[in-house]
Amino acid sequence: MAYLQVNEITKRFGGIVAVDKVSFEVNKGEIVSIIGPNGAGKTTVFNMLTGVYTIDEGEIVFDGKPIHNQKPQDIVKVGISRTFQNIRLFYDLRVVENVLVGTHINTNYNFFDSVFRTPRFRKEEDDKVYNAIRILQSIGLDNRRDDYAQNLPYGDQRKLEIARAIATGAKVLLLDEPAAGMNPQESAELLQFIRSLKVQGYTVIMIEHDMSVVMNISDRIYVIDHGKPIAKGIPSEIANNERVIEAYLGGVNINA
Amino acid sequence: MIGQQIFNGLTLGMAYALIAVGYSLVFGILRLVNFSHGSVYAFGAHAALLFVGMKLGIFPAILMSLIFTGVLGILIDKTALEPLRKKKSMPIASLITTIGISNIIQNMLTATFGSQKKAFPALFDFGVISVGKLQISWTQICMCIISLMLMLVLVLLVHKTKIGLAMRACEQNPKAASMMGINVNFIISFTFFLGGVSAAIAGALISGYYQIVYPNMGYMAGLKAFAAAVLGGIGSLPGALIGGLLVGVSESMAATFLGSTYRDCMAFIILIIVLIVRPNGLFGKKGITKV
Amino acid sequence: MNDIKQKKNFNIILYLEQFIDRFKLPLAVSSAVLLLIFPHLLTNQYILTIVVKVGIYIILALGLNILTGYVGLVSLGHAGFVAIGAYTASLLATRLGLGFFLSMLCGMICAGIAGILLGLPTLRLSGTYLSIVTLGFGEIIKTIAMNWDSVTNGTLGVKNIPSPSIFGLKLTIANGGFYYLMLVMLLIVTLFCYVTYKSRTGRAFLAIKTDEMAGIMMGINVTYYKVLAFVLSACICASAGALYASLIGYIDPNTFTFDVSTMILSIVILGGMGTIRGMFIGSIILITFPELSRSLMDYRFVVYGLILVLMMRFRPQGLLGWKSQMPYKLSKSITRKLEQARSDKQENLSQ
Repeated sequence: MAYLQVNEITKRFGGIVAVDKVSFEVNKGEIVSIIGPNGAGKTTVFNMLTGVYTIDEGEIVFDGKPIHNQKPQDIVKVGISRTFQNIRLFYDLRVVENVLVGTHINTNYNFFDSVFRTPRFRKEEDDKVYNAIRILQSIGLDNRRDDYAQNLPYGDQRKLEIARAIATGAKVLLLDEPAAGMNPQESAELLQFIRSLKVQGYTVIMIEHDMSVVMNISDRIYVIDHGKPIAKGIPSEIANNERVIEAYLGGVNINA
Repeated sequence: MIGQQIFNGLTLGMAYALIAVGYSLVFGILRLVNFSHGSVYAFGAHAALLFVGMKLGIFPAILMSLIFTGVLGILIDKTALEPLRKKKSMPIASLITTIGISNIIQNMLTATFGSQKKAFPALFDFGVISVGKLQISWTQICMCIISLMLMLVLVLLVHKTKIGLAMRACEQNPKAASMMGINVNFIISFTFFLGGVSAAIAGALISGYYQIVYPNMGYMAGLKAFAAAVLGGIGSLPGALIGGLLVGVSESMAATFLGSTYRDCMAFIILIIVLIVRPNGLFGKKGITKV
Repeated sequence: MNDIKQKKNFNIILYLEQFIDRFKLPLAVSSAVLLLIFPHLLTNQYILTIVVKVGIYIILALGLNILTGYVGLVSLGHAGFVAIGAYTASLLATRLGLGFFLSMLCGMICAGIAGILLGLPTLRLSGTYLSIVTLGFGEIIKTIAMNWDSVTNGTLGVKNIPSPSIFGLKLTIANGGFYYLMLVMLLIVTLFCYVTYKSRTGRAFLAIKTDEMAGIMMGINVTYYKVLAFVLSACICASAGALYASLIGYIDPNTFTFDVSTMILSIVILGGMGTIRGMFIGSIILITFPELSRSLMDYRFVVYGLILVLMMRFRPQGLLGWKSQMPYKLSKSITRKLEQARSDKQENLSQ
């Protein structure tokens, strides 16, 4: 069985079937992309994976254990973390504090430790801050460590979201349109960074519209349209798949 | 005895419904609990007292108070809330602003009229009718009729007129409405005007019923009306009516069976239970969380 | 143009912060000395009473600040928690003869339980709805105090609440003891708020305030932290309530009206939600103002409303609600570790 196995999950809102029997599997250390036209139900799939929505049918199995319909907090704890399509940072907090919030679930001192500033508190807090700074260094945000998140340029905000997701200690990262709004140079850098994540052993599932990113980086691609799966395969197969081209017809040339 | 209490409760509930309408209308468009609405109601009652005292005759006096209170509603929106919308402030900011306005109006009333309770002339005092054991005063009958008529007018206004259509459009999606050429700020001010007018009518009716006015009267009445609006499903006009009646009846029941000191508590208990068990009220719709 | 102006503003704050940071020790020592000798500088007990009242309101505001400033839940019923603290403490003191500190502790526990009872069911409610329920809570507590005659003595209230005493020494306004008691409590509460804020608890609070959904996605147990904020807030306000009751010596249900709740909220907003320094300045302004403006008569209460309206419109972050411009403070061991890592890397490169 694959590392993350999604079997025929379905989500209905009233009479509308937003996601209809979508299945996919992701192996450890893979980069898998989910693509499809706007409104195809990609973000809904992410919401089901992370426990924001309950699923009406099907199952999600991660590392041999079913995780569907669990609380979002528990899903983060098993090791799945995400970013958001429309960036959701803690804007009033500093960059480093945003990452520290990510380390929240791995911080083990209790309330009394923090009130009395016990050695355990100091040690844990130091470890976490150090860890956060290392993550920021690896993503190239260390020079903005003291800035408030709201003052970051758009591309850096996207990076910070990824840094925050990594800080949770997740093994699987769900990136919802990570390259949206980035210029070609920024998205090339991002590409490089996501590759380095793969080298470090992370598994990445990504929703993305930028085909140059998707085709370059993905091990495998799943395509959904109107909530239904319409194709799957390696990038070169998807690029020549007639149903996919049809779904995107009038839009973009997929080889671009 | 119980029949009498139910009827008294229904009469009071009608008036609560009129205040509740103001909460519902504003909430529908702005998603904001207009905390100042209770004091707008108190302002309406005091305006009526003032104009009645000027010996203009009952109806012109009440008409004047309606217009003044409606204008107060517009004023609140234009001076305090519209600037916040333009700045795209947090929702909390508008809430706190309305608390502040409520405080200002109430204390201005106290400073001008004094904090003591003042006598208000009885309206429609044409005696009492006995139906079996029920004692029904003309005041109560007139309250019911006037409130019902006003509710009907409001429902027709919202559902059958052009401005009502614009109001409903703003309620659904203010941005889209403004792109369709609707002056959203005008519609919001108009909504505040309607809220003010219905609060003033309720103010005159309830003051005529109890024959008493005082600056703090808006606090309790406003909260009870808010409870009514939430109970019925805030944003829904028929909901406001049903909610008002339920609050009114349960209040007079509580006064009879638990003692009069528990009367004011009823509304809160209803409110808390409704919010916890069914936060969208009896007639409200459920939303989907967007991520 | 606007940009330049803002830059300049920021710099002033940065200079101020750097100044305070550089002269931390002398500033702390001199203000401590000033606060300690303060009662001996005046002969007027009236002024000392007002100062103690200011202190009590700072504690109240710090309490509400945890809920409203940190977690972003606006409570309009904190007078209810104050009432629970004040009633429990003074009833235990007058009826059972318990000492001040023990009865205050009981009051805090009761308020904490009430905080759980109020916090748990209201978790699902957002913004305004929550505020209204807290308001209802305040009113219900008041109604209970009014009607539960056998315990609370109804509308007549509790009289002859004893002053606190330590080792047989009565702490009163006259001997200045009450002032020092207030000072110690204020210090404890302030430190408590500070250490809570600067920990993962504080970060979780702020995360919930800025974006609850994003916070959930970071694995923050929102239920736990919201209830925790309710409990902490309730306990702090209850302690101030107990202190207030023994200062005045008499309480009745009308001591704890909606106006008290609005007053606490006004302090938090005027000073700056989410800051500790703001609670001090807000309280000083709003509590001394009515004393200074008796000539304005009834109109002075209009000012509270005006403050709320004007602050929201022109300075929603409050008077002292700026964000620190100083760099994020790293502990020495981290700086050392980072230096180490950097030099290791350079060594690797040179090899």
